[in-house]
Amino acid sequence: MTPRAQSRGAKYAVWASTVVLSIFVVTSIVTLPVSLRWYNVQELDVAVRHPPAFLPVVAIERYAGAAGHGAAPLWMRLAHRASSWFGHDDLGRSLLYRVLPAFFISSVIGLAAAAMAVGIGALWGAVAALAGGRTDMLMMRFVDVLYGLPYILMVILLKIALTRPLAALFGGYTKAADLVVLLVAIGGGSWLTMARVIRGQVLSLRNRSFIEAARAAGAGPVYILRRHLLPNLIGPIVVYATLVVPQAILQESFLSFLGIGVQQPTPSLGRLAADGVQAVNMYVDYWWMIVFPCGVLVLTLLALNFIGDAIRDAFDPKSSAPSVL
Amino acid sequence: MMRRIVRRLVAGVVTVACIYTLTFVMVVSIPGNPFQQGARNMPAAAERALRARYHTDDNWRYFLDFLGGAVRLDFGPTFTYADWTCNEIIATALPVSAMLGLLAIVIAVAVGVPAGVVSAVRRGGWVDVGILTLVLAGISLPTFVTGAALLSVFAVYLKIAPVGGWGTLAHLPLPALTLSLPFVAYIARLTRMSMLDTLGSDFIRTALAKGLSRRTVVWKHALKPAFLPVLSYMGPASAQAMTGSFVVEKVFGVPGIGQHFVNAALNRDPGLILATVLVFATMLVALNIVVDVLYAWIDPRISEAV
Repeated sequence: MTPRAQSRGAKYAVWASTVVLSIFVVTSIVTLPVSLRWYNVQELDVAVRHPPAFLPVVAIERYAGAAGHGAAPLWMRLAHRASSWFGHDDLGRSLLYRVLPAFFISSVIGLAAAAMAVGIGALWGAVAALAGGRTDMLMMRFVDVLYGLPYILMVILLKIALTRPLAALFGGYTKAADLVVLLVAIGGGSWLTMARVIRGQVLSLRNRSFIEAARAAGAGPVYILRRHLLPNLIGPIVVYATLVVPQAILQESFLSFLGIGVQQPTPSLGRLAADGVQAVNMYVDYWWMIVFPCGVLVLTLLALNFIGDAIRDAFDPKSSAPSVL
Repeated sequence: MMRRIVRRLVAGVVTVACIYTLTFVMVVSIPGNPFQQGARNMPAAAERALRARYHTDDNWRYFLDFLGGAVRLDFGPTFTYADWTCNEIIATALPVSAMLGLLAIVIAVAVGVPAGVVSAVRRGGWVDVGILTLVLAGISLPTFVTGAALLSVFAVYLKIAPVGGWGTLAHLPLPALTLSLPFVAYIARLTRMSMLDTLGSDFIRTALAKGLSRRTVVWKHALKPAFLPVLSYMGPASAQAMTGSFVVEKVFGVPGIGQHFVNAALNRDPGLILATVLVFATMLVALNIVVDVLYAWIDPRISEAV
C-alpha cells in the first residue's frame, strides 16, 4: 500500500459525488420554468402509471394548454420530448417533472435546516462556553433535556404548535406557511449536536495562549470572537452543517411518510418515495415510481455524506496523521 | 465508583423530571385536544365534563396527578384508545420493541465494528471506500424504502420470511435488520474514526516494533480503546432502538411502542404522550448509567478521575 494508492479511492468518490451533485443541481434549476408548470399536469386518459418510455406519452397540447399557450414554443417542444423518461405516476403526471422540482425543494429544506442548526446551535454553544459557570451549566442542561425528548415527538409537536400562528402570519399563502413550518420543525430539532460541538471547541480554544495573548494586548471580547474564535470554529461548523443537510432531507421523507411532511401536490424526494412505496404492493409492480425518486435520493445523500466526510478529514488534523499500518 | 453511580442516579431523576415538565408545557400549549377532532366533535358540556373527570381542565392539578401516578407506575387513561390504559399499552408494546431493538443493536455492533476496523486499516483504499459506500447507502435511504425492499426480496420473491406480523421467531430478522441499518452506519463510521486516532498513537508503534503480528495489534491492542466512543454511543442508541420505530412497525406490522409516540402526538393524547416520553427518558437515563459503569470498568482511569 503506497500512500498514493491509499488515497485514490476516496478521491474518486469525492469527485464522483461532486459531479453527480452538480448535475442534479444544474438540471433541476435549469428545468424549473418547465417543471413548475408541469409537475401537477394530470393526464388520466392515457398516462396513468405508464412505465418509462423514450417518446412522450402525453400529447404536447395537454402541457401547452396548461401553460396557457397556443402553439408550443421550441423550449417547450424540447422539454416535452423528455416528459415520459421516468414514467408517469398514479394521476398520470410526468414523474420526471415531479422529481426535478422535488430535488430542488428537498435541497432547500436541507439547506434551511442546516442554516437553522448553525444559527441556533453555534450561537447557543458559543455563548454557553464563553459565559461559563452557572449559565453554561444551565444552558447545556437544557440541551441535555431536549436530547431526552424523543426526536420525532418533538418535531410533530413543534409542527402542530406552529401550524396555526404561521398560517395566520402568512395569510393566504398556505403552501409557503406549510414549508416554513416544516423547516422550523426540522431545523428546531437538529441544533442540539451543533451546540455541543461548538461549546466543546470554544472551551478548548478559550484557554489557548494566542487568545490570552490577544487579551493581554488589550483586545475586546467582540474582536477576539470575530478575529480569533470564529476562524477556528468555521471547520467544525462547516463539517457539521454538511452532515445536517442529508439528515434533514431524510427527516422530511419520514414526515412525508406520516402524511405531515410536504403537502400534495407539492413534490419532495421523500414525498415521492413514500408515494411510490405506498403505490406498490404484492400484486402490482410500478417499479419506476420507487426507483427514480429513491435513486435520486440515494445519490444525493450519498454524495452529501461523502463530501461531508471529506471536508471533515480535511479540517481534522488528527485524522491526517500518518498511520503506521 | 458507588458515589459516582449514586450521583448519576440523582442527576438522572432530575433530568427525567425536567423532561416531564417540558413535555407537559408543550402538551398543554399545543392547540387541539383528543376530545375535538374532525367529525368527532362532541357537545361543549360533555367535553367539559370529560375534562373535569380527568382533571385536564386544571393544568396544575393534572401535572401533579399524572406525576403522582407515574411515580407509582400508573400512567392513567389514554384519551384515544377505548378500553386501554396507558399501562396496558406500554406493557404489551414495550417488550416487543425492546426485543426487536436489542437484536438490532446486537446486529449493529456485530456488523458495524468490524466494518469500521477494516475500513480504518485500509484507509483511503478501495475496500475503505466500498465499505463506506455500503454503510452510507444504508443511511441514505429512508427506512420505509429499505424495509419495503427487504420485504419484497425475502418475503415476496424468495418466500423465506413471513410478509409481516409478530409472534414467531421467523418474524424477527427482517424488521431487526431494517431497524439496525442506521445504527450499523453510525457505529461503523464512529469505529473507523476512533480507530484511525488510535492507530496513530505511540503504543501501537511500540507493539508493532516489538514484533507483534498486525492482526493482534489491530484487533486486540487498538480495538479496546477505539471501542470506547462506540460504547458511549450505545446508551442513547439502545434507548432509541428499544423504544421502536414507527416506520419499521408500520412496514412489517409489528405491534411495538414506536407507533404510539407518533399517534399520541398526532391525536394530542396528553396521557399517552407523557407516558411514552417518560418511558423513553427513563430508558435513556438508565442505559446511559449502565454504559457509564461499563465504561469505567473497561477504562479504569475514569473512575480514578472522579
